[in-house]
Amino acid sequence: MQLAVFAMCAVVAVASGVAVFRVDSMARATYALALSFVAVGVAMLLLGLAYLGVVTILMMVMEMAIMAVFMIMFMMNPAGLMPMSMLHNKRGAQAISLGVFLVLAAGALLVPWPQHRAPRPADPTRAVGEAIMESKMLVMVGVGAVLFATIVAALVLAAGRSRYDGNVTRPSSEAR
Amino acid sequence: MFLVLAAALFAVGLFGALSQQSVVMVMMGLELMLNGVIVAGAAFWYFVAPARADGQLLVLVVITAMTVEMAMGFAVVTLLFRARDADMTDMAAELKE
Repeated sequence: MQLAVFAMCAVVAVASGVAVFRVDSMARATYALALSFVAVGVAMLLLGLAYLGVVTILMMVMEMAIMAVFMIMFMMNPAGLMPMSMLHNKRGAQAISLGVFLVLAAGALLVPWPQHRAPRPADPTRAVGEAIMESKMLVMVGVGAVLFATIVAALVLAAGRSRYDGNVTRPSSEAR
Repeated sequence: MFLVLAAALFAVGLFGALSQQSVVMVMMGLELMLNGVIVAGAAFWYFVAPARADGQLLVLVVITAMTVEMAMGFAVVTLLFRARDADMTDMAAELKE
Protein backbone atom coordinates (compact mmCIF):
# COMPACT_ATOMS: atom_id res chain seq x y z
CA MET A 1 0.00 0.00 0.00
CA GLN A 2 2.77 2.41 0.98
CA LEU A 3 4.67 1.56 -2.19
CA ALA A 4 1.60 2.29 -4.32
CA VAL A 5 1.08 5.66 -2.62
CA PHE A 6 4.76 6.51 -3.05
CA ALA A 7 4.67 5.53 -6.73
CA MET A 8 1.63 7.71 -7.27
CA CYS A 9 3.27 10.65 -5.45
CA ALA A 10 6.48 10.22 -7.46
CA VAL A 11 4.62 10.18 -10.77
CA VAL A 12 2.53 13.22 -9.80
CA ALA A 13 5.59 15.12 -8.52
CA VAL A 14 7.65 14.56 -11.68
CA ALA A 15 4.75 14.94 -14.12
CA SER A 16 3.61 18.21 -12.59
CA GLY A 17 7.25 19.34 -12.49
CA VAL A 18 7.48 18.72 -16.24
CA ALA A 19 4.12 20.44 -16.73
CA VAL A 20 5.55 23.63 -15.18
CA PHE A 21 7.64 24.14 -18.32
CA ARG A 22 5.11 22.84 -20.82
CA VAL A 23 1.83 24.60 -20.08
CA ASP A 24 0.97 27.84 -21.87
CA SER A 25 -0.26 29.71 -18.84
CA MET A 26 1.95 31.15 -16.12
CA ALA A 27 -0.79 30.71 -13.54
CA ARG A 28 -1.15 27.03 -14.49
CA ALA A 29 2.62 26.60 -14.27
CA THR A 30 2.51 27.96 -10.72
CA TYR A 31 -0.26 25.57 -9.71
CA ALA A 32 1.59 22.66 -11.33
CA LEU A 33 4.63 23.52 -9.21
CA ALA A 34 2.42 23.65 -6.11
CA LEU A 35 1.06 20.19 -6.98
CA SER A 36 4.62 18.88 -7.28
CA PHE A 37 5.41 20.22 -3.81
CA VAL A 38 2.25 18.69 -2.34
CA ALA A 39 3.18 15.29 -3.81
CA VAL A 40 6.66 15.59 -2.29
CA GLY A 41 5.10 16.54 1.06
CA VAL A 42 2.94 13.41 0.96
CA ALA A 43 6.01 11.32 0.12
CA MET A 44 7.71 12.79 3.21
CA LEU A 45 4.69 11.84 5.30
CA LEU A 46 5.25 8.26 4.14
CA LEU A 47 8.72 8.44 5.73
CA GLY A 48 7.17 9.34 9.08
CA LEU A 49 8.17 13.00 8.79
CA ALA A 50 4.81 14.38 9.88
CA TYR A 51 6.07 17.86 10.81
CA LEU A 52 8.32 18.42 7.81
CA GLY A 53 5.78 16.97 5.38
CA VAL A 54 3.01 19.26 6.60
CA VAL A 55 5.36 22.26 6.74
CA THR A 56 6.44 21.58 3.15
CA ILE A 57 2.85 21.38 1.93
CA LEU A 58 1.63 24.46 3.80
CA MET A 59 4.65 26.64 3.03
CA MET A 60 4.82 25.76 -0.61
CA VAL A 61 1.09 26.19 -1.22
CA MET A 62 1.30 29.68 0.30
CA GLU A 63 4.50 30.42 -1.63
CA MET A 64 2.92 29.37 -4.91
CA ALA A 65 -0.17 31.48 -4.17
CA ILE A 66 2.12 34.51 -3.78
CA MET A 67 4.06 33.46 -6.86
CA ALA A 68 0.84 33.33 -8.90
CA VAL A 69 0.23 36.99 -8.05
CA PHE A 70 3.73 37.91 -9.25
CA MET A 71 3.22 35.82 -12.39
CA ILE A 72 0.10 37.75 -13.28
CA MET A 73 1.89 41.03 -12.51
CA PHE A 74 4.98 40.40 -14.62
CA MET A 75 4.13 37.94 -17.36
CA MET A 76 2.50 38.73 -20.65
CA ASN A 77 0.38 35.58 -20.82
CA PRO A 78 -0.95 34.72 -17.37
CA ALA A 79 -4.14 33.07 -18.56
CA GLY A 80 -2.67 30.98 -21.38
CA LEU A 81 -4.84 32.45 -24.11
CA MET A 82 -2.09 32.09 -26.71
CA PRO A 83 0.74 29.57 -27.21
CA MET A 84 3.80 30.53 -25.21
CA SER A 85 7.37 29.39 -25.62
CA MET A 86 10.19 31.36 -24.03
CA LEU A 87 13.16 29.04 -24.31
CA HIS A 88 16.78 29.42 -25.28
CA ASN A 89 19.24 26.62 -25.89
CA LYS A 90 16.53 23.98 -25.47
CA ARG A 91 18.57 21.08 -26.86
CA GLY A 92 21.62 21.91 -24.75
CA ALA A 93 19.49 22.18 -21.60
CA GLN A 94 17.79 18.86 -22.40
CA ALA A 95 21.14 17.12 -22.90
CA ILE A 96 22.64 18.54 -19.70
CA SER A 97 19.61 17.74 -17.54
CA LEU A 98 19.32 14.22 -18.99
CA GLY A 99 23.02 13.62 -18.31
CA VAL A 100 22.67 14.91 -14.74
CA PHE A 101 19.64 12.67 -14.19
CA LEU A 102 21.48 9.60 -15.48
CA VAL A 103 24.52 10.28 -13.28
CA LEU A 104 22.42 10.93 -10.16
CA ALA A 105 20.13 7.94 -10.76
CA ALA A 106 23.11 5.67 -11.39
CA GLY A 107 24.65 6.89 -8.14
CA ALA A 108 21.38 6.28 -6.29
CA LEU A 109 21.01 2.75 -7.63
CA LEU A 110 24.62 1.54 -7.81
CA VAL A 111 26.28 2.99 -4.71
CA PRO A 112 26.15 0.61 -1.72
CA TRP A 113 24.54 3.01 0.74
CA PRO A 114 25.15 2.25 4.44
CA GLN A 115 22.28 0.71 6.35
CA HIS A 116 21.26 2.20 9.67
CA ARG A 117 21.59 0.08 12.78
CA ALA A 118 20.24 2.42 15.44
CA PRO A 119 16.49 2.35 16.08
CA ARG A 120 14.32 5.07 14.58
CA PRO A 121 12.98 7.63 17.07
CA ALA A 122 9.42 6.97 18.17
CA ASP A 123 8.50 10.60 17.48
CA PRO A 124 10.65 12.28 14.76
CA THR A 125 8.95 15.64 15.37
CA ARG A 126 10.01 15.58 19.03
CA ALA A 127 13.53 14.60 17.95
CA VAL A 128 13.87 17.56 15.57
CA GLY A 129 12.32 19.91 18.14
CA GLU A 130 14.82 18.84 20.77
CA ALA A 131 17.69 19.17 18.30
CA ILE A 132 16.60 22.70 17.39
CA MET A 133 16.42 23.74 21.03
CA GLU A 134 19.59 21.97 22.13
CA SER A 135 22.55 20.84 20.04
CA LYS A 136 21.50 22.47 16.72
CA MET A 137 20.29 25.78 18.10
CA LEU A 138 23.10 27.65 16.34
CA VAL A 139 21.79 26.45 12.98
CA MET A 140 18.36 27.89 13.66
CA VAL A 141 19.84 31.13 15.03
CA GLY A 142 21.75 31.43 11.76
CA VAL A 143 18.60 30.71 9.75
CA GLY A 144 16.76 33.43 11.69
CA ALA A 145 19.50 35.96 10.94
CA VAL A 146 19.44 35.02 7.24
CA LEU A 147 15.66 35.42 7.10
CA PHE A 148 15.87 38.86 8.73
CA ALA A 149 18.63 39.94 6.34
CA THR A 150 16.46 38.69 3.45
CA ILE A 151 13.51 40.80 4.58
CA VAL A 152 15.69 43.93 4.75
CA ALA A 153 17.47 43.22 1.45
CA ALA A 154 14.26 42.41 -0.43
CA LEU A 155 12.60 45.61 0.81
CA VAL A 156 15.62 47.75 -0.08
CA LEU A 157 15.79 46.25 -3.57
CA ALA A 158 12.10 46.20 -4.39
CA ALA A 159 10.85 49.43 -2.80
CA GLY A 160 10.30 52.39 -5.09
CA ARG A 161 12.38 55.52 -4.52
CA SER A 162 15.08 53.58 -2.72
CA ARG A 163 18.82 53.47 -3.23
CA TYR A 164 18.62 51.13 -6.26
CA ASP A 165 15.71 52.69 -8.08
CA GLY A 166 17.10 54.14 -11.31
CA ASN A 167 14.24 56.58 -11.90
CA VAL A 168 14.80 58.78 -8.90
CA THR A 169 16.72 62.03 -9.07
CA ARG A 170 19.30 62.01 -6.32
CA PRO A 171 19.43 65.00 -3.95
CA SER A 172 23.18 65.28 -4.55
CA SER A 173 22.73 65.55 -8.34
CA GLU A 174 20.04 68.21 -7.84
CA ALA A 175 22.44 70.24 -5.73
CA ARG A 176 25.01 70.22 -8.52
CA MET B 1 13.58 4.90 -5.17
CA PHE B 2 13.38 8.15 -3.19
CA LEU B 3 16.80 9.12 -4.53
CA VAL B 4 15.69 8.39 -8.11
CA LEU B 5 12.67 10.63 -7.54
CA ALA B 6 15.01 13.29 -6.16
CA ALA B 7 17.26 12.94 -9.21
CA ALA B 8 14.27 13.28 -11.57
CA LEU B 9 13.01 16.41 -9.82
CA PHE B 10 16.50 17.92 -9.80
CA ALA B 11 16.97 17.20 -13.52
CA VAL B 12 13.59 18.66 -14.48
CA GLY B 13 14.37 21.79 -12.46
CA LEU B 14 17.81 22.04 -14.03
CA PHE B 15 16.25 21.91 -17.49
CA GLY B 16 13.94 24.77 -16.55
CA ALA B 17 16.70 26.85 -14.98
CA LEU B 18 18.92 26.44 -18.05
CA SER B 19 16.34 26.80 -20.80
CA GLN B 20 13.80 29.38 -19.64
CA GLN B 21 14.15 33.01 -20.65
CA SER B 22 11.75 34.45 -18.10
CA VAL B 23 13.42 35.22 -14.78
CA VAL B 24 10.37 34.02 -12.86
CA MET B 25 10.40 30.68 -14.72
CA VAL B 26 14.11 30.31 -13.95
CA MET B 27 13.21 30.72 -10.28
CA MET B 28 10.59 27.98 -10.63
CA GLY B 29 13.31 25.71 -12.03
CA LEU B 30 15.52 26.47 -9.03
CA GLU B 31 12.61 25.67 -6.70
CA LEU B 32 12.14 22.30 -8.39
CA MET B 33 15.85 21.55 -7.97
CA LEU B 34 15.61 22.32 -4.25
CA ASN B 35 12.47 20.16 -4.14
CA GLY B 36 14.66 17.26 -5.21
CA VAL B 37 17.19 18.10 -2.50
CA ILE B 38 14.38 17.98 0.09
CA VAL B 39 13.38 14.48 -1.03
CA ALA B 40 17.00 13.32 -0.94
CA GLY B 41 17.56 14.80 2.55
CA ALA B 42 14.43 13.14 3.93
CA ALA B 43 15.39 9.80 2.37
CA PHE B 44 18.93 9.97 3.74
CA TRP B 45 17.55 10.70 7.21
CA TYR B 46 15.12 7.77 7.04
CA PHE B 47 17.39 5.13 5.53
CA VAL B 48 20.89 6.09 6.69
CA ALA B 49 20.82 7.98 10.00
CA PRO B 50 17.34 8.14 11.57
CA ALA B 51 18.73 8.21 15.11
CA ARG B 52 20.16 11.71 14.58
CA ALA B 53 18.07 14.72 13.65
CA ASP B 54 20.67 16.13 11.22
CA GLY B 55 18.77 15.01 8.13
CA GLN B 56 15.58 16.65 9.32
CA LEU B 57 17.47 19.83 10.04
CA LEU B 58 18.96 19.77 6.56
CA VAL B 59 15.44 19.61 5.14
CA LEU B 60 14.41 22.59 7.29
CA VAL B 61 17.42 24.59 6.08
CA VAL B 62 16.63 23.75 2.43
CA ILE B 63 13.01 24.86 2.89
CA THR B 64 14.35 28.13 4.31
CA ALA B 65 16.70 28.45 1.34
CA MET B 66 13.73 28.08 -1.02
CA THR B 67 11.91 30.87 0.78
CA VAL B 68 14.95 33.14 0.71
CA GLU B 69 15.53 32.38 -2.97
CA MET B 70 11.98 33.30 -3.87
CA ALA B 71 11.94 36.50 -1.82
CA MET B 72 15.25 37.75 -3.20
CA GLY B 73 14.39 36.60 -6.72
CA PHE B 74 11.15 38.55 -6.77
CA ALA B 75 12.87 41.59 -5.28
CA VAL B 76 15.45 41.51 -8.07
CA VAL B 77 12.74 40.96 -10.71
CA THR B 78 10.79 43.91 -9.36
CA LEU B 79 13.91 46.06 -9.43
CA LEU B 80 14.79 44.93 -12.98
CA PHE B 81 11.27 45.58 -14.18
CA ARG B 82 11.12 49.02 -12.59
CA ALA B 83 14.59 50.14 -13.68
CA ARG B 84 14.81 48.56 -17.15
CA ASP B 85 11.33 47.30 -18.02
CA ALA B 86 12.96 43.86 -18.36
CA ASP B 87 11.67 40.49 -17.22
CA MET B 88 13.82 38.21 -19.39
CA THR B 89 17.29 36.92 -18.65
CA ASP B 90 18.52 37.93 -22.11
CA MET B 91 17.53 41.55 -21.42
CA ALA B 92 19.79 41.70 -18.36
CA ALA B 93 23.06 40.31 -19.66
CA GLU B 94 25.45 43.16 -18.87
CA LEU B 95 27.68 40.98 -16.73
CA LYS B 96 28.24 38.71 -19.74
CA GLU B 97 29.58 41.51 -21.88
